[in-house]
Formats: sequence, structure tokens, C-alpha cells
Amino acid sequence: MAKIESAFFDIGTLDRLASRDNWLSRLDPRAKVVTTLLFVVMVVSSGKYEVSALLPFFLFPFALIAVADLPLDYLCKKLLIAAPFAFFVGVFNPFFDSAPQLQLHGWAISGGWLSFASIMLRFTLTVSAALILIATTSFTGVCLALEKLGAPRVFVLQLLFLYRYLFVLIDEGSRLHRAQTLRSFNGKGRGLKVLGSLLGQLLLRTLDRAQRIHMAMLCRGFDGEVRMTRRLHIGIREVVFVGGWGATFLLFRTCNLPQTLGLLVERLMR
Amino acid sequence: MSHHIVAVQDLHYAYADGTPAVQGISFRIEHGESVAIVGANGAGKSTLLLHLNGYLTPQRGTVQVGDVLLSKETLPQARRTVGMVFQDPDDQLFMPTVRDDIAFGPLNLGLPLDEVEARVAAALKRVDAEHLADRPPYRLSGGEKRAVAIASVLSMQPEILVMDEPTTGLDPAARRRLIDLLASFHHTRIIATHDLDLVLDLCTRTIVIHQGRIMADRPTLEIFHDAELLQRSHLEAPLRLQSCPVCSRTLPPPHDPEAHHHHHHDDLVEPHSHD
Repeated sequence: MAKIESAFFDIGTLDRLASRDNWLSRLDPRAKVVTTLLFVVMVVSSGKYEVSALLPFFLFPFALIAVADLPLDYLCKKLLIAAPFAFFVGVFNPFFDSAPQLQLHGWAISGGWLSFASIMLRFTLTVSAALILIATTSFTGVCLALEKLGAPRVFVLQLLFLYRYLFVLIDEGSRLHRAQTLRSFNGKGRGLKVLGSLLGQLLLRTLDRAQRIHMAMLCRGFDGEVRMTRRLHIGIREVVFVGGWGATFLLFRTCNLPQTLGLLVERLMR
Repeated sequence: MSHHIVAVQDLHYAYADGTPAVQGISFRIEHGESVAIVGANGAGKSTLLLHLNGYLTPQRGTVQVGDVLLSKETLPQARRTVGMVFQDPDDQLFMPTVRDDIAFGPLNLGLPLDEVEARVAAALKRVDAEHLADRPPYRLSGGEKRAVAIASVLSMQPEILVMDEPTTGLDPAARRRLIDLLASFHHTRIIATHDLDLVLDLCTRTIVIHQGRIMADRPTLEIFHDAELLQRSHLEAPLRLQSCPVCSRTLPPPHDPEAHHHHHHDDLVEPHSHD
């Protein structure tokens, strides 16, 4: 249990990456959030069978990884952990959609395989973009940007607290789990009934803690708005970043570059 | 000039299920005093503390902080005057980084950004935690968390500090550092604790609470020498005031360095060899 948790919620490493100083991390978080959002929308809105047209989009994650010097193997590991979700979304497509869509060297490729490949590509692109966003902006920076961009305050507050108390919650949960494990023998004491009261305990403890945190916030003058000292600034660099990438995404999205390139090569060969 | 006093007059409080927690407590703490509130588990210490900054409203009686009587209207002012340090620092440090946390109070007071930054820097320096500023609170040690929690209150520049069990979960060295830090403050201090050795170091006056009532309100040393009172209130004299575990001789009072000098056990390995 603890293994999955520590692998998945390893926000610590992402945070450490985000605290490094480079050109990308100095950029206003709002610029990065907006650009990533544009990227995700462009990728996700592509056609169902689109494979080749998605390939140019890899420029974005790779460019950012290069600029921010992010560890590629670390990001790949994170992608692999989340991959089963996307895999099971698309894995049945080849069975349901077997009409041939593409002829490749005499092989007929069905629509199902195409859409499966498309889903996996989109998954890789969007999730890596999100990971890179956090690794260059920090979770707090993303929350702050969302608030400044007009996301509901309650929502942003929830995200911030989720991030802060995730570790405390996991800690509390694993303490309960440990206590249970140490006193259950031969499979006894592990049933659903025990799990139920365990979860109930966790909920009660969480409610108690929430009340204490609220008390601590009130004591320091909390009035519903979370304020932070970070100074944000939109300058020429931010405008160029968003504008440049936005235009590039639009180009990738509207014309199928690999296809155009292929046709061009074909014509030259003739 | 307002005097930083805390006066509680005939305070009563019972929980929703009718369990009485505080039953008629009155005291007055003067400017600059350092007072310990001690008592058994469930004696009503925490409930009392929650009244001091207006989290709970008295069901009967009054709480006065400085010149103002606590009420809904005076709540913001009282909360600015009384800095509350909670028992579990994880409850108190809720922002993503230490810096954000210490800035939280001053920002809510509506101070300009430069002033907030100056206060954050000063509070961090005061508790010797400048190097922790950009760390997330969940990655601090127990002692560091405690120091930062105190800084998060200091940045609001309160006149009165209220602390609930400040030394729980600290290792001896961290505990000693905390005591030294608290001793260097000039605020009016109210400390609820089971750590009676800490009381001996920090508080000249002690209020003993038992079952929601005040059992005694006297100078600390006087209370710790009243064995019968301590036993009735489920307490025990601080270890330093109990007899020496080696020779069973009663130790001298703590403020008598001369007497300490004559009480040495260099031969702790063989306790019986010394007369």
C-alpha cells in the first residue's frame, strides 16, 4: 500500500525540480498555465483516428524538458505509473472497430488500432505536459496562477489544502493500517467490516483536524481569501511565450505537417 | 497605552452534550507576567485557552484582553493581541511554504507587502529559522515545526502569547532550545502544559485547574512544594524538585547554584560508593 502511495504522490521531487532557478521557472506561472491549457485543448480536440498529426506536438514537451533540464527518466516513470488508466480506456477499441482504415505496405490497419494509438499518444502528450508544468512552476505556483486567472477561490483553496495535507492524511492512514496489520493474524481482522471502521476513524480524525486548522486560520485573521507575498509580473517574455507556442499549436492543429512533408518528399522523388 | 492584561471573570462553559468543562474560573494576568496553567487531562485547560482568543464564547462570565471585553465586535482586535500557538504544529502550518505561513497573518491584517516581508524576516530571525523560509512545512523536523509555528504567531506582533503544550513531541535538545527561546520573550505569556520542569524554568506563577475549577493560583515554587495539593490535582512535583534517585537526598531549590555545587554524582556507575 505504502509503495503505490509514495510512487504516486511523490510531489516532493516535482517540488524540488520547480525550486531550481532557470529561464522557465522564472516565467510568470500564469503564462505557463495558459500555454499548457492551450496545448491540452489542441491535442485532445484532434480527430479520433489522428496519429501522424499528433507527432509534431511532441516538440512542446521536449523543448521544455531541454530548457528546464528535467530528468527524462523520472518523467517517463511517472507516465508509466499513470499509463494503465489510458491503456484500459483504449484497449478494447481494436476489437469493436475492426473496419480497415489504412493500408500500409499491404497491411490493413483497422480503425480500432488507430484510435488506440491515438489515445495513447494523447495521454503521453497531455500528462507529460501537466507534469512538466508542475515541475517548472510548483503546485503552489499553479494554484496561485489559477486564482489570478479567475478560478473560483474555494476551488483553489481546496487544491492548496489537498497539497498541504495529503502527506498528513497518508501518514495517518498508514498509521491506522500499521496498527491493524500488527494485530491481525491468519487473515483474521482484515475483513470489510474492519476496513469500514478504519475508514470511519480516518474520516473522524480528518474532521477533527479540519476543525483545528480552521481554528488556527481564524486566529490569524482568515476572512475567506488566501493571500500570498509572491509578486507576479506579465512582461514581454510571457507574451512571447504564450503567443509563440499558441501560434505553433494552431499550426500543428490545422495542417498535418508530417503528411505535408510526406507529399513534398513524394513530389520531389518523382 | 493599553496594558497587556488578560482578565477572566467567573467563566462557565459546558459542551453541547451538557458536560461541564469550565465551571467558574476567574483570574487576572498582568502585563509581562509568565503564567502556567496546569492540571490533569480533561481538567479544562484547552477549553479555557480557546476562550482567551475568542474561539469559544463564554456561556457565562467575561474575558477581557487588554482594555476590551471579548465580544463578536472586538474579536478581530483580540485576535491581533493574543497570539495562539497550538499543540500540533501541523494544524497551525497550513500554507505551502514556511514563508507563506508566516506571512499569512500579516497579509490578513491588510499590511503592505514590504512591511509583511520585513515582519516575516524578523520573525524567522527571532526563532533562528531563516534557512527554513522556502521549505514546505511537512518536511521540517518536530523542533523546526514548533519554531516556525511560533514565528507564524510572532509575525502578527501579538502582545500576549498563549501556548498549548509547547514541548510535546520534542527531543530534549529541541525542548531546551524552545525553553530558552520562550525565556527570551517579553510578552505576557500563558502556557498550558504537563511539563512541570518547563514551568519551573519559565513561569513565576502557576494556576492549577481541576475539574473545571481553580484549585490554586500561587507562585510556582510554593505550589510545587505543596505535595497534598499536587496529589489532589493529579500532578507530581517536577523531577528536579523530587529527591535525588541516587542518594535520595532532596535536591536544593533550582535558583541556588551554590547548593547545586555540593551535590555531585561523578560515580553514577556505582551509586552506593558515595556516602
